[in-house]
Amino acid sequence: MPSILQDYLPIVIFMSLCMFITLLLILPPLLIAPKNPDPEKLSPYECGFEPFDDARSKFDIRFYLVAILFIIFDLEVAFLFPWALVFGDIGLFGFFSMMLFLGILTIGFIYEWKKGALEWD
Amino acid sequence: MTLFFINYALPLIFIFFQSALVLVAVLLMAYFGIYADRKIWAAVQLRKGPNVVGPFGLLQSAADLLKLLFKEIIIPEKANKMIFVLGPIVTCFVALSSWAVIPFSEGWVVADINVGILYIFAVSSLGVYGIIMGGWASNSKYPFMGAMRSAAQMVSYEVSIGFVIITVLLCVGSLNLSEIVYAQEGLWFIFPLFPMFIIFFISALAETNRPPFDLPEAEAELVAGYQTEYSSALFMLYFLGELAATFLMCAMTTILFLGGWLPPLDILPFTIVPGVVWFFLKMAFIFFLFSMVKALVPRYRYDQLMRLGWKVFLPISLFYVILTSSFLLFFDIAP
Repeated sequence: MPSILQDYLPIVIFMSLCMFITLLLILPPLLIAPKNPDPEKLSPYECGFEPFDDARSKFDIRFYLVAILFIIFDLEVAFLFPWALVFGDIGLFGFFSMMLFLGILTIGFIYEWKKGALEWD
Repeated sequence: MTLFFINYALPLIFIFFQSALVLVAVLLMAYFGIYADRKIWAAVQLRKGPNVVGPFGLLQSAADLLKLLFKEIIIPEKANKMIFVLGPIVTCFVALSSWAVIPFSEGWVVADINVGILYIFAVSSLGVYGIIMGGWASNSKYPFMGAMRSAAQMVSYEVSIGFVIITVLLCVGSLNLSEIVYAQEGLWFIFPLFPMFIIFFISALAETNRPPFDLPEAEAELVAGYQTEYSSALFMLYFLGELAATFLMCAMTTILFLGGWLPPLDILPFTIVPGVVWFFLKMAFIFFLFSMVKALVPRYRYDQLMRLGWKVFLPISLFYVILTSSFLLFFDIAP
C-alpha cells in the first residue's frame, strides 16, 4: 500500500464508521417512536407563553468582535506551528524574526485592550 | 489476486476492526463517564446518586439511553429543518472523529499520521459549527442566545489552547502524538510546564462547556441553551458529542503533560503494568478532577469568563511561549 494511503486511509475509515454510528442512533426514534405533532408542541419554547416575535433578532456586536479577534490570534497560532517544529534548526535568526512578528501582534493586542474591545459589562 | 488480498484487503479489515474497537472504547467511556460524574457529584453533596437501576445504579445510563431512543423527535414548525437535524449530527461526528489519532499505548493508534496534533486541533474546533447550526436553526430565542455565547466562549479559549500546544511542540519538535509521549521519557511535561498545564486544564473545561463555564446552558437564564428545542436522539447526540469531546480533552492532557502511556517511574512494579492501563488511569484521574471542579466551583459570570480568556490566559500563554523558546535557545537544548 502506498504510504500516503497507509497514513490517511485509516482516518477515512474511522470517519465513515463515526458517521455510521451517529446515523444509527437516529434510526430507532424515526422507526419506532410515536409521531403525533400538534401546534403547541411544535411552537418555539418561550417559558409557556406564545412566542412574542421572531427569534432572529439583533445581537451584541461584541460577539462579532470576538470572532474577528479569534481569526487574528488563531492565524498567529497557525504561523507558530511550523516555527515551533523547526525551532532547533533555525537558530537566532528564526527566533528573532518570530519575536518581531509577535511584538507587532502584541502592540495590536495592547491597542484593542486599551480601546475596550475586550470589555463585557 | 493473493497479492491484492495481502496488500489491501487484509490491512483494510484490520483497520476496520481497530477503528471499531476505539469507538466502542469511547462509547463505553461516555457510558461510565456520565455515571461516574453523577456519583462523584452526589458524593460531594452527601447524596447517593443513581442507585436504583441495576447494582449500584450501574444500568442508569442504559435506561436513559433506551428512554431517549424511543422518544418522539420534535422538530419545531418554524425551524430550518435540514440544518436543525444536521447540527447534532455534526457535533457528534466531529467529536468522535478526533479519536482517530490518539495513541492509547505504544503503537496502539488507528492512524499514526505525522500531523496528529494539528488534525485534533482542526477537527475538534469544528465542533462549534454543530452548536451554531443547532442554535440558529431552532429559530427560538434561548437556543439562539445559548449558541452565540457558546461559540464566543469556545473560540476564545481555543486561542490559549493553541499557545499551550505550541509550548509543548517547542519541547518536542514533532506533531506526531506518539513522538510527544516519547519525548517525555524521563521527565513529564507537567513539571517544567506546570503553568501551561493549569491553563490547558481550565481552557479544556471552557472548550467543552463543562461547569463552571457551562454558561450556554445556564438553567437559570437560558433554559438549556442551544439544546432547548431538541428531544430524543438528536438531544442525545449533543450529549454524546459533548462527552466524547470532554474525554478527548482528558486524553489530550494525558498525552501532552502526563506522559501518555508511560509509567510514573521506570522501575519494576510500575513497568509490568501495560501502557494502556496507565493511559486510562491518567485519563480517569483528569476526568475525576473535571467532576470535582463541577461539584465545587460556582458558575462564572459571562464577563468574568471572557476576561479570564482574553486578559489573563492569552497574555500568560503568549509570554510562556516566548519564555520557553528563549530558554531552549539560550541553553541550546531545542530538539
